[in-house]
Amino acid sequence: MEAEQLLASLRGICGDDHVVSDPHALSVYDSDGLRQYRQIPLAAVLPASADQVVAVVRLCARAEVPFVARGAGTGLSGGALPHIGGVVIVLSRLRQIISVDLGEGVVIAEPGVTNLAISAAVGPSHVYPPDPSSQLVCTIGGNVAENAGGAHCFKYGFTTNYVVGLDVVLADGTLVELRRDRPGYDLIGAFVGSEGTLGIAVRIHLRVVPAAESVRTVVAFFDDVAAAADAVSSVIGAAVVPAAVELMDALALQAAEKAVPGGYRLDAGAALLIELDGPLLETAAGLEQLLELCLSGGARDIRVATEVGERQALWATRKAAFPAMTQLSPACYLQDGVVPRSRLADVLEAIGRLSVEFGLAVANVFHAGDGNLHPLVCYDPGVPGESERAFELAGAILRECVARGGSITGEHGVGVDKSAFMSEMFSDDDLDSFARLRCAFDPAGLSNPGKLIPTPRLCGERPGPYQQHPLEQAGLATRF
Amino acid sequence: MEVVTPESFAGFAASLAAAASDGRSVRILGGGSKPWAAPASDDALVLGTGRLDWTVEHTPGDMTAVFAAGVPFARAQAELALEGQRLALDPPLGLDDRATIGGIVATGDSGPLAHRYGTPRDQVLGVTVALSDGTIARSGSRVIKNVAGYDLPKLYAGSFGTLGAILAVGLRLRALPRATATILGGVADPDVLAGAVAYLAKAPFELEALDVAWRSGRGGVLAQVAGTAATRRADEVAFAMRDCGLGTIDIADDDGEFWERQRGLQRSDTRAVVLVTGPRTALPSVLRLADLHDATMVGRGGVGASYLTVDPEQVETLRAALPVGLHAVVLDRPAGAELDTWGVARGPEIELMRAVKAQFDPAGVCNSGLMVGGI
Repeated sequence: MEAEQLLASLRGICGDDHVVSDPHALSVYDSDGLRQYRQIPLAAVLPASADQVVAVVRLCARAEVPFVARGAGTGLSGGALPHIGGVVIVLSRLRQIISVDLGEGVVIAEPGVTNLAISAAVGPSHVYPPDPSSQLVCTIGGNVAENAGGAHCFKYGFTTNYVVGLDVVLADGTLVELRRDRPGYDLIGAFVGSEGTLGIAVRIHLRVVPAAESVRTVVAFFDDVAAAADAVSSVIGAAVVPAAVELMDALALQAAEKAVPGGYRLDAGAALLIELDGPLLETAAGLEQLLELCLSGGARDIRVATEVGERQALWATRKAAFPAMTQLSPACYLQDGVVPRSRLADVLEAIGRLSVEFGLAVANVFHAGDGNLHPLVCYDPGVPGESERAFELAGAILRECVARGGSITGEHGVGVDKSAFMSEMFSDDDLDSFARLRCAFDPAGLSNPGKLIPTPRLCGERPGPYQQHPLEQAGLATRF
Repeated sequence: MEVVTPESFAGFAASLAAAASDGRSVRILGGGSKPWAAPASDDALVLGTGRLDWTVEHTPGDMTAVFAAGVPFARAQAELALEGQRLALDPPLGLDDRATIGGIVATGDSGPLAHRYGTPRDQVLGVTVALSDGTIARSGSRVIKNVAGYDLPKLYAGSFGTLGAILAVGLRLRALPRATATILGGVADPDVLAGAVAYLAKAPFELEALDVAWRSGRGGVLAQVAGTAATRRADEVAFAMRDCGLGTIDIADDDGEFWERQRGLQRSDTRAVVLVTGPRTALPSVLRLADLHDATMVGRGGVGASYLTVDPEQVETLRAALPVGLHAVVLDRPAGAELDTWGVARGPEIELMRAVKAQFDPAGVCNSGLMVGGI
């Protein structure tokens, strides 16, 4: 199918106003939140309904044109990077909340609904727990594709723990209904976090939970990150289950507090932001225990937020850490890696060493409860060779994580950015098992190809168990 | 029937591949606590995980552990308790507590704690499998937060061994609660019971478990609280139950036996156990169905999963009587009873499952026929 013919058919499906093919206008869609990777696609389409998504995908399948679904484009791994000659399917017009059923504890939404809109629709009695930092703009469809986490997932889990139903358009245009309560393989579990490579979710059923009766927020200041990291372990070891545990090192703390003052001490080596939530009687007891553990862990000052405004200010500073760092340095590369929690202090020391070795500052802000690091590598793209060095340093940090039994990504995804690192964490056989799943969902490889798996194999090319060649059977040849 | 119990992961994978290349079908056997889950034909090779029985890794500070598939669940739980930790899973363990970690994950089995913590799919972090071509493949990781690669551990959890043999499982751990308390309320009206469950499911009590038990037109609600303030919180829950119209309300601090009984009622040697899943708001219909079919019922009120124990001859009428949106799977059954485990299932999602099976086990060697749709 010629490009012009394809565009005409796309216009026939979505309407002239909802097909973008002018290269200049297409630059809006040339990357996601990771601007290092850009690509102008053949077209971007903005379907208005699930039926239109089905029609667009069918057309792409017939024309053998790759496609990628896109939500708000806030992803940080290049997962929504377009393909040369491909189609970007923008889901921002599918933004209806179809139903809210608090009796069942389920919200049904289209993929373009924002994360925060779900909680807004069920509040104040209920809440949708996964809370990525971009929750004001990022969409539920994107959250499903990336298995989004957030600060509160240590206690509450990830997107995958809340998706109870998906209507998915497969790469050949077939619409399948997947439900948690129906017998069979957990295809929802396989789909969530598949980064758009298994199809497009056009309707999403989400579990919501009763909002906590009480919330207690505390900041504890330590002399260094190692002491703060050890305090995290002792808190969690003592059966206190915080809703969130965030750690900022001195560099991040100073930048964030200067940008958005929340009452953090500027002279501390590290700050721990800890939130407890749950029944009033439990958070009251937990708070006492928490303060004791922080003090015996070497905290030199502790602040307890006593009112909602104070609590929000503490979080506002924490959430400002990334943008604040980008103000201080000409450029920053945000890394995302995970280590087992007991290795936190140890990996932070290694990051400090690498920072000195590469001559680049690294600020650390992270979800300490689940060992999810977000080192920010600061560099100046104007200095020759510094960008390359920054990426090398970011890569070296990932290797330190993997060497400690961790992961190359805790929540940003693999996308294009980390596909080269997959083989650091997985063997060829492991990667091949991923390819098997992809082949089952999308044998033609049209749904967001080139993401997640480094080098996909052709589907159908499946070596079975060793079998004798007919010549061997006939005794005419031998293998050595 | 030949039974082989390899003592290493490599040995297990090699036995599986050898059987596959001989064209033999394989049945994977854990503790054998769910005989209905793996009926074997006479010519099948039975591969037992019994000797894959070591703890691969447990660093208490990480609150994660990796167990080889054949580790008995009860043993794992006892080991973890020494560190003040537990798996937040409480499925019935069968005769002599024989159920293994691998078997529980493969069958997706769960108990009352599913209310708060979900089923094995919500707890697995990583899985190592042997595929029928002899490949050993890992997916997931041993950290609690990880999005590298597809989440195949969830696919293997509940796949009944039809995609490959689970060799090892990494699981998230939780701290053992300081104290627990269970609140019980009784009633003879299904609508009052369902109303109480609906209220408790929506309240911010942070319950560990919210169960229902029902038999011959009467039953009750069981709710568990855990934590430092369990006793005082139990009073709040009891008050709410009374408000919802439940009677004979009782609070127990030493509550283990109540939950053991709930778990026990998910199993039967003499009758059939039918797992009914669907919307939790369908609870009144499920209770009425239980009465109509002379069933004993226990279930997760907040989740929408009920275990109905019925006479085998009642299974098909029960299945036929299910309202739209509810699904029935037959679990235990008396020896010799010929019952259709999954019922009729078709549709594009079943075809997709077939495609998944064809990719992971193209020769159809591993536990074939045990999954929905005869997969």
